Amino acid sequence: MQRRKVLCLSAGGVAAVGGMLVAGWWQVDGPGAPAVAGLRPLPLSEMEFQLTSHEGIAVGPETLIGRPSMVFFGFTYCPDVCPTTLSDISGWLDDMGEDAANIDVVFITVDPERDTVEAMADYIGYFHPALRGWTGAEEEITRAAEGFRATYTKVPTDDGDYTMNHTASVFLFDAGGRFVSTIDYHESREFAVPKIRRAMQNSTEETT
Amino acid sequence: MNVTLKSLVATALTVAGFVGVAMAEESTVVVEDAWARASIGINRPGAAYMTVRNMGEDTVILTGLRTDLAMMPEIPLTSTNQQGVSSMTPAGEIEIAPGEVAALEPGGLHAMLMRLSRPMVEGETFALTLVFGDGDEITVDVPILGIAARGPKS
Repeated sequence: MQRRKVLCLSAGGVAAVGGMLVAGWWQVDGPGAPAVAGLRPLPLSEMEFQLTSHEGIAVGPETLIGRPSMVFFGFTYCPDVCPTTLSDISGWLDDMGEDAANIDVVFITVDPERDTVEAMADYIGYFHPALRGWTGAEEEITRAAEGFRATYTKVPTDDGDYTMNHTASVFLFDAGGRFVSTIDYHESREFAVPKIRRAMQNSTEETT
Repeated sequence: MNVTLKSLVATALTVAGFVGVAMAEESTVVVEDAWARASIGINRPGAAYMTVRNMGEDTVILTGLRTDLAMMPEIPLTSTNQQGVSSMTPAGEIEIAPGEVAALEPGGLHAMLMRLSRPMVEGETFALTLVFGDGDEITVDVPILGIAARGPKS
């Protein structure tokens, strides 16, 4: 209740900058966007992109076929949503114990300009050891986002720098590379871990 | 931008001799559970979270932040739309009615610490000053937790 009030009050501030964001919205979420919003991600086998992992290894959608996977878009200069999601993911993996070793977990940056392989390696190390960070050329990131039906856009900040708006959902795929479900931002751990287990279960049934 | 300008004005007022007023006001607004995430170096913006509780009888307006840790502390609001796209927008002035709280928490309102002057090191604390509409200020010591921290209670 109290929280809602605060959010309503801050709506004034949101409205004030709304104009600035309309242009971005038009291209990203609005009618000017490629028709991706609300669509299911493609199967990994139908995606095409080439990136580099934080360990310097060439990776692509095919890297994730054969084991269940969990993929998330973000950027390391993200102060709030990304570290929160990454610590959520780390918590889910902790809850899963040894089973966490049977799923690939990938964080794909939407900010390759600042998120070099080194920057990703620096950052990823602070979270769960199962986590991998992928970056690459701008156009390859775009192709990856299109495959996952994710969107992102660069937004200037007051300090002359920029931040990124981006899809914050976590995508789950089974071992066959088929999309299973998303874990939305703010979804509680009680729902997240069973969803992950379901994606892994799918895979077990397929392969046995 | 608004928030930053106001905090500069508030700073000027404080220097001019309003410190006493600020001290007297401290009992009516209480800041609880403040925490921040450690940073890697100084290039990435940091984040801090807390609950600001208005124990007084009048509405208070949180207008900005000040800290020697960051040249541009702001309070943006993170929101996530129905398509799952997350974005940040300036929260503007945050009104807190008597008996209510403003929750600065992951994925919502938060203190964004832009242009860090030094790295935020896990285990250390830093002083963060909350500036209110009437020129009052509250300074809290914010403990810096790990980068992957979920909050002070986890």
